[in-house]
Amino acid sequence: MKILVPVKRVVDPFAKVRPTPDGFGIDTTGQKFEINPFDEIAIEEAVRMRERDPAVDVTVVSIGGPECEEQLRKALAIGADRALLIETDRTYDPPSVAAELAALAADLKPDLILMGKQATDDDCNQVGQMLAAKLDWPQATFASKIERAEGSLTVTRETDTGEETLELPLPCVVTADLRLNEPRYIALPGIIKARSKPLERRPPAAQPKPRTRLIKAEAPPPRSAGRKLASVDELFAALKGKGVI
Amino acid sequence: MGRLLLVAFEPHEAAACAGFAHALGLPFDVLALSGEPDADLGAGKTMIANLSEIPPADGIAKAIAEVARDYSHIAAISSMQSKDVLARVAGLLDAAMVTDATAVQSPTIFQRPMVAGSIIATVETLCEPVVLTIRPAGFLTAQRRGVSPSEPVQVTVDSKAKRLGATNRGGARPDLTQARIVVSGGRPLRDAATFEKVIGGLADALSGAVGATRAAVDSGIAPNELQVGQTGKIVAPELYIAAGISGSTQHMAGIKDSKIIVAINKDPDAPIFEAADFGLVMDLFDAVPELERKVRG
Repeated sequence: MKILVPVKRVVDPFAKVRPTPDGFGIDTTGQKFEINPFDEIAIEEAVRMRERDPAVDVTVVSIGGPECEEQLRKALAIGADRALLIETDRTYDPPSVAAELAALAADLKPDLILMGKQATDDDCNQVGQMLAAKLDWPQATFASKIERAEGSLTVTRETDTGEETLELPLPCVVTADLRLNEPRYIALPGIIKARSKPLERRPPAAQPKPRTRLIKAEAPPPRSAGRKLASVDELFAALKGKGVI
Repeated sequence: MGRLLLVAFEPHEAAACAGFAHALGLPFDVLALSGEPDADLGAGKTMIANLSEIPPADGIAKAIAEVARDYSHIAAISSMQSKDVLARVAGLLDAAMVTDATAVQSPTIFQRPMVAGSIIATVETLCEPVVLTIRPAGFLTAQRRGVSPSEPVQVTVDSKAKRLGATNRGGARPDLTQARIVVSGGRPLRDAATFEKVIGGLADALSGAVGATRAAVDSGIAPNELQVGQTGKIVAPELYIAAGISGSTQHMAGIKDSKIIVAINKDPDAPIFEAADFGLVMDLFDAVPELERKVRG
C-alpha cells in the first residue's frame, strides 16, 4: 500500500503570533517553524502502518521554498521512506494546494492520502476535502482511528455529536484529528537515518490560481478583565442584569 | 446579481444563518437536507430534501453541488459536518472558500479568524462561486418576515463511503458550537459522574450546552466532542461559564469570542480571571450547585 502524506510548514503553533506592522500578513520574525501538528499526526499514523506491514510505503510531500526541507527531513526522521519537495515561491491557497496534490496523486497513484485536518496557521480545513473531490475519492475527515482491511479502511471519525465509523474503499483521503495518535519523540538514530533517505525536488505541475487573497491581518480586540464578585448572589444578579439568564 | 444558497443539515441551522444572509445582501434560497426549517426567514424558497440521515461526504457533496450550480454563494453554519461536506462541494465547483466567516463587508470581502484566533483576517474572494462556513455569533438575528414557498427537491445520493455505525452522545442538550449558553468544566471535576452532575446540572438549568477543557477530556472526565479550545471546538455563546478552568492559552483561543465570560475558580491567580467579565473566587463545588439552585428558582 502506498501512502502519500502532504506536510505543511507552519509557524510554531505554540508561539504568540501577531500581524505584521503593515497589516498584510503574519509577523514571523524570529519565529520557529514546525510541521503542522495535525500533519505530524498523519505522518506518525502512516509510519505505524508501515511498521505493522513492511509492504507499506510512505512518501511525504511539501509545497514551498527550500526551507521546507527542514520539515521534510523531520518527517523522514519520524520514519517516512521518501520525501518530495514541490519547489515554488508562489502563494498557494487551499484550492491551489488541492489542485497540485491531485496532479501529484495522478502521477504517484497512492492508495491512501493521509493528512492533517487543517493547518494551524490559516485554520482553513479545506485541502483534504477539495483534494478528495478532485480525485473523486471517498473521504473521512477528523479521523480518530484507522483500521486496515482488504482493499478498504475502517475509519472512526469525530463528529459534532460523537463519532461515526465509515468503511472507505481504497483509494481514499483521510484527514487526521488530534486523537488519532500521539506522535513519537524523534530519537537520534532516526535523525541520522533521515539524512540518507531520498528527497526529490520537482517543479509544480501547474501554476497556482488562488481563489482567495488575504488583504488585511489584524490582532483581535483584547478582552479586558472584568469585575470580581464576592458571592453567587452577586453573580446571579449581574447575569440577570445583563439579560443573559 | 448573485444569489445565495443556504444549506441546512438540520432545520434549525437555517434560522441561525439567516442573519448572515441578510448581511450579505443577496437574495437567498434554503436547501434543507433534513426536516423543515422556519418559513419566515425571508428566503425566496425552501427546498426540502427530506433525508432521514445525511449520507457520507462524498455522496452528499455531489448532491449539494447539483443544486448549487446556479448560485454565486453557498453557505452553511460552521460545524464539523459542514466543513467535511462544504469544502468538498467547493472542490467540485472549483469555488473560492472562506472557513468560519465572522463578518461580511461585501459579497467578495469577508472576515475570519486564523492562527487559533490570534489574527483576524480580511479575505477577498477572487472568483465565483464562493463557499462559506459561517459563525453566526457575529451576525444579528434575522428579522422574521414573509412566508417562503417550499418545494420538495429530489437529491440522488450515491456514496462510495459506507457508514457502519454512529454514536450520538449529545442527548437532549443543544449543540456546543451553536448554543446560547455554554457551561464548561476542567479537571477539578474529578470524574465523569461528578462532571455530569455539577456541570451538566447547571447547563440543563440554563438550557445550555456542556463543554470541557482538553485536560478534562484527556483524563477521561468528559467525552472528546465536548472539548473547547484551539484543538477542539470554537464557541461564541452569549454566556460562557467556566468552572474549575485555569484559562490556558489553548482553551482561551476557543472561547474569546463569547459575549460574557464567567470564571469560577478557587485560585484567585488563575489566568482566566484576566479575560473574564465576571469572576468568582470560590470552590466550584459550592458555587456551581448554588448557582443552579438560584437559576431553577
